[in-house]
Amino acid sequence: MSTTTDTAVPSGPLAHRSSIVHDLATVAQRAIRGVFREPEFFIPALIVPVFFFIVNVGALQDFTEQTGIITDFKAFQLPVSIVFAVTGVSRASALVTDIQGGYFDRLLLTPIRRPTLLLGLMAADFVSVVMLAVPVLMLGLVLGVRFETGVIGMLVFVAYGAAWGLAFAGFPYAIALKTGNPAAVNSSFILFFPFAFLTTTFLPKEALTGWLSTVATYNPVTYVLDGLRSLISEGWVWESLAKGLAATFALMVLSFGLASAAMRGRIKSS
Amino acid sequence: MTAIEARDLRRTFGDNEAVAGIDLTIEPGEMYGFLGPNGAGKSTMVRMLCTLLRPTSGSATVAGFDVAKNPGEVRLRIGVALQDASIDGKQTGRELLHTQGRLYGLKRDDITRRMTDVIDLVDIGTAIDDRVDSYSGGMKRRLDLAMSLIHRPEILFLDEPTTGLDPSSRAAVWAEVRRLNSEFGMTIFLTTQYLEEADELADRVGIIDHGVLQTEGTPTALKRSIGTDLIVAEVDGDTAVAAAAIEALPSVSGVEVHGNELSLATADGAAVIAAVAVALNGCGVPVRALTLRTPTLDDVFLSVTGSHLAPGRNTSASTDEESETQEVAS
Repeated sequence: MSTTTDTAVPSGPLAHRSSIVHDLATVAQRAIRGVFREPEFFIPALIVPVFFFIVNVGALQDFTEQTGIITDFKAFQLPVSIVFAVTGVSRASALVTDIQGGYFDRLLLTPIRRPTLLLGLMAADFVSVVMLAVPVLMLGLVLGVRFETGVIGMLVFVAYGAAWGLAFAGFPYAIALKTGNPAAVNSSFILFFPFAFLTTTFLPKEALTGWLSTVATYNPVTYVLDGLRSLISEGWVWESLAKGLAATFALMVLSFGLASAAMRGRIKSS
Repeated sequence: MTAIEARDLRRTFGDNEAVAGIDLTIEPGEMYGFLGPNGAGKSTMVRMLCTLLRPTSGSATVAGFDVAKNPGEVRLRIGVALQDASIDGKQTGRELLHTQGRLYGLKRDDITRRMTDVIDLVDIGTAIDDRVDSYSGGMKRRLDLAMSLIHRPEILFLDEPTTGLDPSSRAAVWAEVRRLNSEFGMTIFLTTQYLEEADELADRVGIIDHGVLQTEGTPTALKRSIGTDLIVAEVDGDTAVAAAAIEALPSVSGVEVHGNELSLATADGAAVIAAVAVALNGCGVPVRALTLRTPTLDDVFLSVTGSHLAPGRNTSASTDEESETQEVAS
């Protein structure tokens, strides 16, 4: 080791508490670097929505359009693919690695504001979901889907889907912080299925019957899909957009409420 | 103002009292070694002092601030290298140091300057720009140490800093820790299960076992408390008979028996050992080894806890300066 370093004990601390924006940027910067260093994460995350989009269109387009249930099935399915692409995307696995490897403790030893430990990861999640949503959107455009709301509508479409992805991400974070267990975090993917399939994935709400119709009424994804579909097929329908955002916000409050409680529990018990 | 002070500090996990009422006072600039076996409570003590773990009861101040009531002020003033090098393998060494500087709120210029300082310190060369996943255990440890120093802390906590390191990496860490303390006056709280590490580095040593501080003092004073010389006999037969034979000698005041080992402390071992050898020979108990040496911290540990700290005690406990081992009989 060298003998020329300056590690002298200071007359006062060199360290000090920063603003919440600075703390958030620091955590986000590292998390976003992590996103770009795990390209293997994106490939399966992209395959799922593309696969379902192609299969669903291939299987149901003729039936739904010929029977008059849906006018443009590709436009109907594109929001589903966006939801499939962004739901469950998070840095929760990386958080578990931090917990198990001790880096999370190192973060807790710094004067950083605790909420930014989650918020910074969310910033990285936003980058991830946008990176997943854009190729899916491009695929839809290539296959002939056109937006009534134009280019701005497309941007809103991606942001809208990303907001849903962020809202859902609170669940895997809650599990990661509560358990510190990678297997438990991976199993959080199970939550995706009821949200993604007990809704208007294949048919519009009017065509659903019985219990599925009831469940779809209470599933927030129904309103997110309505909002996304309205951007493609109907133009700026503020009521649909507002309902979808309200559903997203409600889920975000729930999931990040759980994640925050798990964070407090981990900090308290660590 | 003391650097670290603990009063009746306790921490329980369910029914297990990991730290059972420890009082501690460490002065600024002191290097304090906390010595004990695995599970003795060392890491729990460190985690409480560095604000990662709330004490169940009692109180502690670090750099003048209460760890439970004012943890934020404590965190600004301490550096911590925990037992396992806690670093993110997906980042490069340089990125981790930069992030660490930002986490401590250092200004841009300070980060640049301190990074130069500590990169020089860790001596990792061009690998500083490689991802940490590719580092050896020793490199990770040194980077971990550098990260704990980026904000120039007043007090440094090192939790078993050399566990798992090869001898040369261990020597390098020792040299740096010694320099941080001697040249810069940094207060260092070091936990270790290695006797020679505590002996080499610490100004004072506290011996902890079962969550209780058994004794503390300078290494020299602790060893002197055992006696100037120590005669140790390993026997194969009845230890009670052998102990009685030795205790009958006029120059011996007491014999301690631990397993098949008898030890007696004396002011002049060279004068007594011949008589001990004759007494053991006369009582008919086979003697495997008879050793005269100066006491080690392991002897202190044995004296206060009733068991050795290290399985290979005689090799790990002694240093070249203190151990004048003389095999007399085998």
